[in-house]
Amino acid sequence: MNYNELVAIKERALLAMGPREAVHNIENVEERTVLVCGGTGCTSGKSKIIYKEFKDQVAALGLSEKVRVIMTGCFGLCALGPVVIVYPEGAFYSQVQPEYVSEIVDSHIVNNTVLTKYLYAETVGDDGVIKALNETSFYKKQNRVALRNCGVIDPENIEEYIARDGYFALHKVVSSMSQDDVVKVMLDSGLRGRGGAGFPTGRKWMFAKASQADKKFVLCNADEGDPGAFMDRSVLEGDPHAVLEAMAIAAYTIGADQGYIYVRAEYPIAVQRLQIAIKQAKEYGVIGKNIFGSNFNFDVDVRLGAGAFVCGEETALMVSIEGNRGEPRPRPPFPAVKGLFGKPTILNNVETYANVSQIILKGAEWFTSMGTEKSKGTKVFALGGKIVNTGLVEVPMGTTLREIVEEIGGGIPGGKKFKAAQTGGPSGGCIPAEKMDVEIDYDNLLAIGSMMGSGGLIVMDEDNCMVDIAKFFLEFTVDESCGKCTPCRIGTKRLYELLTKVTNGTATLEDLDKMESLCNYIKENSLCGLGQTAPNPVLSTLRYFKDEYIAHVVEKRCPAGVCKNLVSFSIIADKCKGCTACARKCPVGAISGTVKQPHVIDNAKCIKCGACIATCRFDAIVKG
Amino acid sequence: MINLKINNIPVSVEEGTTILQAAKKIGIRIPTLCYMKEINAIGACRVCVVEVKGARSLVAACVYPVNEGMEVFTDTPKVRESRKTTIELILSDHNKSCLSCDRNTHCELQDLAYEYGCNAVKYEGEHHECEKDFSTPYLVRDNSKCVLCRRCIAVCRKIQEVGVIGPIKRGFKTIVGCAFESELNDSPCVACGQCINVCPTGALHEREEIDEVRAAIADPEKIVIAGPAPSVRAGLGEEFGYPMGTNVEGKMVTALRMLGFDKIFDVNFTADLTIMEEAHELIERVKNGGALPMFTSCSPGWVRYLEYYYPELIPNVSSCKSPQQMFGAICKTYYAEKMGIDPSKIFVVSIMPCTAKKFEKTRGNQNASGYPDIDAVLTTRELAKMIKQNGILFNEIPEGEMDQPLGVYTGAGVIFGATGGVMEAALRTAAETITGQTLDNVEYKKVRGTKGIKEATYEVGGLKLKVAVASGIANAKKVCEKVASGKSDHTFIEIMCCPGGCVNGGGQPIMSSVVRENVDYKALRASALYKADKKAEYRKSHDNPVIKELYENYLGEPGSHKAHEILHTTYVARERYKK
Amino acid sequence: MANQTKVPFTGTKAQEEKLLKVLKGLKNVEGALMPALQQAQDIYGYLPIEVQEIIADKLDLSLAEVYGVATFYSQFTLTPKGKYKIGVCLGTACYVKGSGEVFEELQKQLGIESGITSDLLYSLDATRCIGCCGLAPVMTINDDVYGKLTKDQIAGILAKYKE
Repeated sequence: MNYNELVAIKERALLAMGPREAVHNIENVEERTVLVCGGTGCTSGKSKIIYKEFKDQVAALGLSEKVRVIMTGCFGLCALGPVVIVYPEGAFYSQVQPEYVSEIVDSHIVNNTVLTKYLYAETVGDDGVIKALNETSFYKKQNRVALRNCGVIDPENIEEYIARDGYFALHKVVSSMSQDDVVKVMLDSGLRGRGGAGFPTGRKWMFAKASQADKKFVLCNADEGDPGAFMDRSVLEGDPHAVLEAMAIAAYTIGADQGYIYVRAEYPIAVQRLQIAIKQAKEYGVIGKNIFGSNFNFDVDVRLGAGAFVCGEETALMVSIEGNRGEPRPRPPFPAVKGLFGKPTILNNVETYANVSQIILKGAEWFTSMGTEKSKGTKVFALGGKIVNTGLVEVPMGTTLREIVEEIGGGIPGGKKFKAAQTGGPSGGCIPAEKMDVEIDYDNLLAIGSMMGSGGLIVMDEDNCMVDIAKFFLEFTVDESCGKCTPCRIGTKRLYELLTKVTNGTATLEDLDKMESLCNYIKENSLCGLGQTAPNPVLSTLRYFKDEYIAHVVEKRCPAGVCKNLVSFSIIADKCKGCTACARKCPVGAISGTVKQPHVIDNAKCIKCGACIATCRFDAIVKG
Repeated sequence: MINLKINNIPVSVEEGTTILQAAKKIGIRIPTLCYMKEINAIGACRVCVVEVKGARSLVAACVYPVNEGMEVFTDTPKVRESRKTTIELILSDHNKSCLSCDRNTHCELQDLAYEYGCNAVKYEGEHHECEKDFSTPYLVRDNSKCVLCRRCIAVCRKIQEVGVIGPIKRGFKTIVGCAFESELNDSPCVACGQCINVCPTGALHEREEIDEVRAAIADPEKIVIAGPAPSVRAGLGEEFGYPMGTNVEGKMVTALRMLGFDKIFDVNFTADLTIMEEAHELIERVKNGGALPMFTSCSPGWVRYLEYYYPELIPNVSSCKSPQQMFGAICKTYYAEKMGIDPSKIFVVSIMPCTAKKFEKTRGNQNASGYPDIDAVLTTRELAKMIKQNGILFNEIPEGEMDQPLGVYTGAGVIFGATGGVMEAALRTAAETITGQTLDNVEYKKVRGTKGIKEATYEVGGLKLKVAVASGIANAKKVCEKVASGKSDHTFIEIMCCPGGCVNGGGQPIMSSVVRENVDYKALRASALYKADKKAEYRKSHDNPVIKELYENYLGEPGSHKAHEILHTTYVARERYKK
Repeated sequence: MANQTKVPFTGTKAQEEKLLKVLKGLKNVEGALMPALQQAQDIYGYLPIEVQEIIADKLDLSLAEVYGVATFYSQFTLTPKGKYKIGVCLGTACYVKGSGEVFEELQKQLGIESGITSDLLYSLDATRCIGCCGLAPVMTINDDVYGKLTKDQIAGILAKYKE
């Protein structure tokens, strides 16, 4: 492969791809592209069947030449999945069912009439005109850098990646930049690790480059394990070559010739697409020996994780690739000096890599034009929980939580009140409503007791008990602790037991103090990042929602009505019509009363199943 | 050199030095629990945390290398409070039946808890529920006292390279155990007991036989014979405050008598006997084209290893019983006959630096008299415990002498306890047997010392003998690999299961990891044996007058039919996995 | 509730040959144990002692070491899975939307806390986030995904997997 061949592939691919952008007021459409989301969310919702239906029906009509049906990576708006976009109109069909396909084909493709009834409502103007996706509140404030190819290209076709300037950065690096040049660009860009702690990527590369060794390694951390986070999975599924290209650039920079991608086995689609991508990249000569005619060689293998959250920690990941229990080892020595198999190693996560080739092509200045003073570029978040638009969003650093939740995320469903957003998974904390206007970047999140983490952002509303949430995360950590060091192995267990006392209503105020000091102890004494950050969910909720803890401890009450031991149900006599529906529904006969008279609940018998509330048509039953 | 300050005291150390080592240099001890130099530097227990100026969290001194200009604080309130909490958390999942624990008063966890004024019940919660593993005749595992320091795993994997125990599961559920959580007896454990020696608590100890021994002593029908191994006299004194390397043979004999043993004989005697048979066997093999190299067979852990891992090399092992088994066999045959005692009435107790000996006595084909050669095996530690239990003031009692006739030994017998000792003893006898002359030089120094593998070539009467000596199973494995692949041109190879030989056996007094790190205890204990050799009246096994008498009046000559019946045995290939 | 069923090993010669071939290919691969266990589990469906012994022998590791790794990672299973493998996502997004209740309902209906039912038909596991947070709460039965669940749907869904 040489430069001219690369350009030739790009030109050929651009022609072959068909329309991939919305064109307004277009008439006499000759060619169309139907993009079906093949992300995990949409495929769980049968998007593979939808894809096949489109493909078959278009073929049956003899239109395969003119209408390309492509399965892409994630579009981001998972809440509306399965999603299908048809270009050039840019028609965004949402919640598509397989049985809609023939209707859409008939109307849209055969008769040139967009089937507005299946479109995402926000994209249809009052006048019936289709709005561009970028005008919708979900996409308006987004800026897709890491996700630029997700939902646009066929991830199983390297030529589509090349059409979008893929592997041009690698060519540029190999043919015209020294190792130090690359380090400098990376340093200047201010790119920080997107996997958690935000360590400057350029510095990591610089250290590994400076280490002298006969062998070095480049690793990609795709062991995304935060519950509720799926950024990395989406990039791997939608744009696997972006990761491969960046790993090759990193390898060139530090002088490595072997890479490993450590990916969760729970991500079968991502694994499959990565394997296809590696195979194609080797066929096209962008990975392998003498890349772009230089003497730079680079090979890459996929290694599967096997279900251990701690393997997201860099030393544990390496130990796991070495074939051992994924137990972190003490640092120093740092991986840049002594990493995988004892050799200098760099490890970056998927999203970090997804930024690299564009920084190389567009320059550090372009990248630093986005973001805040100390956090440059964009960040991908996985929005989940009590939010209307669950899905994947990429926003410039410095966007506020309010913008993400209320504008992009479409707010809280059911008219409920926002209570907190949890970022950073089990290592992060809960951000309360009063901090919603904080500009999100690495340092600001740390300052308010949370952390960026890999980018999971879970929204909680008034129905969520913050003690229960803290307990949920602690349970996760207890389960995922490797068990090597005392503070994490026993400390988190004891902390979890104390939290259980709180949710059971058996804790004392002294227990809260004990919890807090145990939290601080675990933070300061644990061997690795997992333990050092494990108390954050407890500390941040203790900080912002102390009143809820106090309610559990002192009043023996769970304000959100979640903690079963502390919940009681009662009937508001004024509202009760005496219809007897609840008494008939109660599985344990805890409700008594005569017809047309207010009923009462015997809390000694009540098992807190909530069936009565669901049954009552008069909102007469309350829990608290 | 790196310059740093610890508690404001300047110190210069070499690059790569840990904070722990640097602190020691200026007289500051940082407590440790999981740490063992080189083999278990894992930073897991967090007992050794210190504050480093500018660091985000506390760091583990045992693994953290020093930096130029570093400022370390080892005794701040935060450090003390952290260590205290760590120990309290460990105690929260610890079986605190300390009062009657085997390790009470010499438990590293107990020492730490005392030092930091810990509240043992501050953090109550779920415990590990586990049953003791009593499956083997030599070792008891009690996970309820395990602190997951992994020191046992480190010796089992890295020093002995058998790795029969390891960490299982993860997080709070982590335990140390065998594959599939099976009993130790179902694993290819070599019974060396090295894990016991490094355990900081009472989670690992030998299978005690004190009660059986006491019952025999109390039984008026029984004639109870004690037979201490060479290394016992070199280690026992440590239990009573003697400096390492003190030979306490005389006091040991008196104490054994005070404990009620009827006869105090010496396994050193049968060490001499072993040499007679083994040297003869070697010469026979060389002359008659037997399987070579020949391996020694006195270390039961080594024999067990071979049976599990290199069964194809069984023909290479000497058929000689070990000195322990020969001891029992001779007591119940020759001695019984000579004294006119029914061997069923004789109860032979060997006292060993070893746990594998407890297994060895249960092996098949070890009952020359028709009764088991050995009835009970006490470790050095168990003997010390009995002495203490009986109120015998070891330091104040006079020195005694072994009973006759089986208490006579040569310098060759006594050095059996150190790696290379069996080889040297065998060479002394082989050389004179082959040449038929009395040789002046009895010292073979190339096979001495605590190095893991030693090799030497000796010319004996025109015969070139290439010998090798290995101790510790990792080293034994290397030698076996060489032999199994046909690359060994050795004639005779001595192998001891424990690193340094029996002086470092799994039944010897336990010392803390700090002592293990800072004292060359193997060499010190060995030096007691070499000193005894030097001043011995006889230094060659074949010069032992009682041995001579034994052959003249009873056995005939080395390798005779009778000697074979009484003093030799067979081996079995063992399945590593229980089907 | 303790319906933890012990299932005898029924590995075939063909499976063993396949495993031996895999192990041969991994002989000189650094860090071979993880891929070996993963592929062995693909072949046998789980990692019984018989399989781990082969791996230990061929990779020259102690069985305790192999077992230590197999029990460290939650994806490795020492017991066979049911004909229908049910997984309930207890990731945060699903949890805040009530997947805990769904899990409890399944435990109740299947009569097991986790593991396999005595008829070997179902096995139940709590899983980490499977990445379809848009569908929360989610459960999977083999390759089928059920999203936006409520606990009263469970009986109806299980009814589809009776044979």
